[in-house]
Amino acid sequence: MTAADAANALQTKFASAVSTRLAFRGEETLKVDPASLKAVLSHCKTDLGFDYLVDVSSLDHFGDDHAQNRFEMVYELYSYRDKIHLRIRSEVPDQTGKVESVVDLWPTANWHEREVYDMMGIDFSGHPDLRRILMWEGYPFFPLRKDFPLGGKETDVPDVAFTGTAPLAGGPFVTVAADATTVHREPRSRDL
Amino acid sequence: MSASGNSIAAAYDSKIEGNIIFTQVDAAINWMRSNSLWPMPMGLACCAIELMASGASRFDIARFGAEVMRFSPRQSDVMIVAGTVTYKMALAVKRIWDQMAEPKWCIAMGACASSGGMYRSYAVLQGIDHLIPVDVYISGCPPRPEALLEGLMRLQRKIGKEHALEDQKRELIAELTA
Repeated sequence: MTAADAANALQTKFASAVSTRLAFRGEETLKVDPASLKAVLSHCKTDLGFDYLVDVSSLDHFGDDHAQNRFEMVYELYSYRDKIHLRIRSEVPDQTGKVESVVDLWPTANWHEREVYDMMGIDFSGHPDLRRILMWEGYPFFPLRKDFPLGGKETDVPDVAFTGTAPLAGGPFVTVAADATTVHREPRSRDL
Repeated sequence: MSASGNSIAAAYDSKIEGNIIFTQVDAAINWMRSNSLWPMPMGLACCAIELMASGASRFDIARFGAEVMRFSPRQSDVMIVAGTVTYKMALAVKRIWDQMAEPKWCIAMGACASSGGMYRSYAVLQGIDHLIPVDVYISGCPPRPEALLEGLMRLQRKIGKEHALEDQKRELIAELTA
């Protein structure tokens, strides 16, 4: 089975749930309705042979007027049997801010989802141990969100850790959501 | 040395002569301290690799009496902060520094330990001197072992100028007269 076959199979089975399909240089990406996300991933694992979850990551569409919901999940799947990749994307509903955990399908998702929770603040229902993984318990922010300043904010958890703000002086370039060219999206420096 | 030496005094042993040095206690203490600086290797990132290289045969930090890397703060004299100090690690570094016995010194090895380096970030302490008094800053990303050895020699020179006993005496007199 090729990646395209797998994408075809998913499109047929979940015709109403798959909203967009993108093929770019042999990489198949399916965008899935949040309500059916778990069912789609479960089908990938049990029926299509995607036994390896390579990565779980998340996007923040803050400031992007075209995005319906702010956050989006990305699952990178791999099949050792067929040696194919498949990418599943799904928006996180703004109302709940929650995604169903896939730890029961792929145990490796445990730490991946903890990282997404830690950095983006996306909640996972059904996760067995949803704690911060990089920052410490009590740190009040989600530092990879787009509205979080690059230099950080001042915090203090006594006897655990503190943070300060880093001097940026115009800063390294930071990407912003924009329709214009790369020059506008990734300025060399920007006042924060 | 000369034939006449034997005839002058039997009590005078010329063999000892070369082994007696007149000095000040401070100078003697500083000499001893600066030539057996046992490091606390606070290896936190890639600088630690250069620190290890400094300890290995090619650069041989043992030439400066600092080869005894103590992984216990109780036995260390100089903390070499080698690498990026994240906020998560910062208080642990401070705690280990507090556990080191006086007298103690600190070398901030590399850009990160000195100033946060390229990590202008929410996660990285912008220089270990926010928490610990630093004696020597070493530039480089990471510094080569030669740079570390240069820093160590500068620290030795700095220790050579200390007045530990004199200061102690002054403090004692101030305490008694107060």
